[in-house]
Amino acid sequence: MNGRHTIAILVNDQPGVLQRVSGLFGRRGFNIESITVGSSEEPGLSRMVIVTTGDNHTLEQIEKQLYKIIDVIKVVDIGSGPMVARELGLIKVTADPSARPEILGIVETFRASVVDISPNSLIVQVVGGSDKIDAMIELLKPYGIRELSRTGVTAMARGSAR
Amino acid sequence: MVANSATLKSKEELIEKWGKHEVITGSEMLLRSLLLEGVDCVFGYPGGAVLYIYDAMYGFEDFNHLLTRHEQGAIHAADGYARSTGKVGVCIATSGPGATNLVTGIATAYMDSVPLVVITGNVATTLIGTDAFQEADIVGITMPITKHSYLVRKAEDLPRIIHEAFHIANTGRKGPVLIDIPKDVSNEKALFKPHTEVKLRGYNPTVQPNKQQVDKMLRAIEQAERPVLLVGGGAVYSGAHEEVLAFAEKTGIPVTTTLLGLGAFPSGHELHMGFPGMHGTWTANMAIQESDLLVNIGARFDDRVTGKLAGFAPHAKIVHVDIDPAEIGKNVPTDIPIVGDVKAVLQQAVAGAKYAAKADAWRALISERKAAKPFAYNDSDEELKPQWVVSMIHETTHGDAIVTTDVGQHQMWAAQYYPFNKPRSWVTSGGLGTMGFGFPSAIGAQMGNPDRTVVSINGDGGMQMCSQELAICAINNIPVKVAILNNQVLGMVRQWQELIYDNRYSHIDLAGSPDFVKLAEAYGVKAFRASNKEEARTAWEAALAHDGPAVVEFVVRKGENVYPMVTQGSTIDQMLMGDAE
Repeated sequence: MNGRHTIAILVNDQPGVLQRVSGLFGRRGFNIESITVGSSEEPGLSRMVIVTTGDNHTLEQIEKQLYKIIDVIKVVDIGSGPMVARELGLIKVTADPSARPEILGIVETFRASVVDISPNSLIVQVVGGSDKIDAMIELLKPYGIRELSRTGVTAMARGSAR
Repeated sequence: MVANSATLKSKEELIEKWGKHEVITGSEMLLRSLLLEGVDCVFGYPGGAVLYIYDAMYGFEDFNHLLTRHEQGAIHAADGYARSTGKVGVCIATSGPGATNLVTGIATAYMDSVPLVVITGNVATTLIGTDAFQEADIVGITMPITKHSYLVRKAEDLPRIIHEAFHIANTGRKGPVLIDIPKDVSNEKALFKPHTEVKLRGYNPTVQPNKQQVDKMLRAIEQAERPVLLVGGGAVYSGAHEEVLAFAEKTGIPVTTTLLGLGAFPSGHELHMGFPGMHGTWTANMAIQESDLLVNIGARFDDRVTGKLAGFAPHAKIVHVDIDPAEIGKNVPTDIPIVGDVKAVLQQAVAGAKYAAKADAWRALISERKAAKPFAYNDSDEELKPQWVVSMIHETTHGDAIVTTDVGQHQMWAAQYYPFNKPRSWVTSGGLGTMGFGFPSAIGAQMGNPDRTVVSINGDGGMQMCSQELAICAINNIPVKVAILNNQVLGMVRQWQELIYDNRYSHIDLAGSPDFVKLAEAYGVKAFRASNKEEARTAWEAALAHDGPAVVEFVVRKGENVYPMVTQGSTIDQMLMGDAE
């Protein structure tokens, strides 16, 4: 059964480690929907969060193949339990003065914020699950989206377990 | 032949001799670190980016350095050395083209899990990323085909990196590790402190198996009526041939050894069925297909073994023993997975193993089948048959040589007609199928085994992919015996074009290739040609008796095919048997 999986990978913060991980996905035909990397709670280690799709066999192979990379310390399928998954989107939308109030109404409803204003555009910043950002984009489309940038999902398992 | 100057020394002796803490260059650190790892032979080719390293080697006699005539020859030689000795093979090349010439050899070793440490030079750190002369991102290029790789940024890191590289290469699932050393790093001075410990959080291969899983396997064996042991290269690499024999004899389970597993179990043993798969024995393939329990020990269910996956071993419960968890369940769904080193697993298993008592009828059936359908060909007195040549080589070397092969028909005939009784006697590129591998790998095997006869069986195609290494055989008197089965055609491609592409023979004609006798003689290597049985035996015996390298060109029948054969997309019990009577 195909599904979406969110995997957190703890890696040595070494040059080339992103290439090792992304290269593995590429050459073995695993899909990457999004990938984020940043520092972790431990100096010298980074955490990557990859959202991928595939059946359970593919997921098992992804985990096992990842563990073969020497710089990979730990692989966790955080999507298998309750988790918090968040993404940030920046949307530059056409906003003539007449359209601004409507747009601001949408922004408020989504608990998003406006982070830049120019004479005929706004930059909207939205944080949330990917679905929420998708919905926001849909609603802003009629006004004209000039530029869109999304970070991809970063995520964490809920509760005290690590 | 060059004498092995480095005799085996204990760790303490090595540290005493080479481990002094002093300020030296990166190049000197490299050489001392290699000596500390017990390296006695290195294959290489110098160039601009490794000039400091080669300068440090000037007048250096503590290990052999063999100057090959192509970097590809160097890495295949290191590979042959590693496969035949179990030690790590080492080769050195310069940056850019030197490094990229190693790529095929690295991929060959990676596919067959061969431990290599591959050292490349690179342009100075100040020039990296500027498209400098002879710059190539070899770490990036080889990422998919190395077990691990390093770009060294500081000389002081070298002792740690080299020690880690040897550890990673030769533990767990073995494989090639690349160390890329920029030119300035090789000349940088730092305090040399040998490393004896390895701390790698992300690398802890599971050696000892889970006892419960082993017990499950043993219970399954007791219940099985038609069990089969499928033994792969992992059994050779973990040095488990004695354990495999003990386990097979105690349980009484018939054994098939894969192409890379040849030698892990004695070929002449009554339980041995030969190798399975595309050109394997009918008995082994039928046994797998009919089995109710298939115990895979260190093989990876390669497509050349399984044939059409959907119809592979359809009635069998699958047990898979592998040091690499990622292999388990990758191709074939597994009922009893056992992660661990083959030797450790079998040591544990032998103790509790019982005779598979329900399999008496099965054993009898397999004995009958072995007798009924062995490998067979139509011999001829008019034309020299390649199968006959391999059998003659087997007979005259008493089945005791190290045999290396290239890739193609001759490789399959060598596997079929040169039965092995000892591990590490068979050196062949199974996974990648690398032409040009056969001859240089024999040079490495001979360097690692100066007292054994090393025979390299090649086709006329592959021999031309690395024939330049005849030079180093002649110069160093490396007594490799090279057999060229010359059918004047790319035989395996011809066979497929005949059987699958309707006799449309496209670009396979090798007529007009050089006169191999003259070619060998041009390098100063003794050479013979044979076109019939009498000439063949006389020439081959003269080659074996000659104190040095020798080449024998056997002019064999052009249209000969390898049988049995499972065509791609068929299950392995659908075998073309050929027309042998």
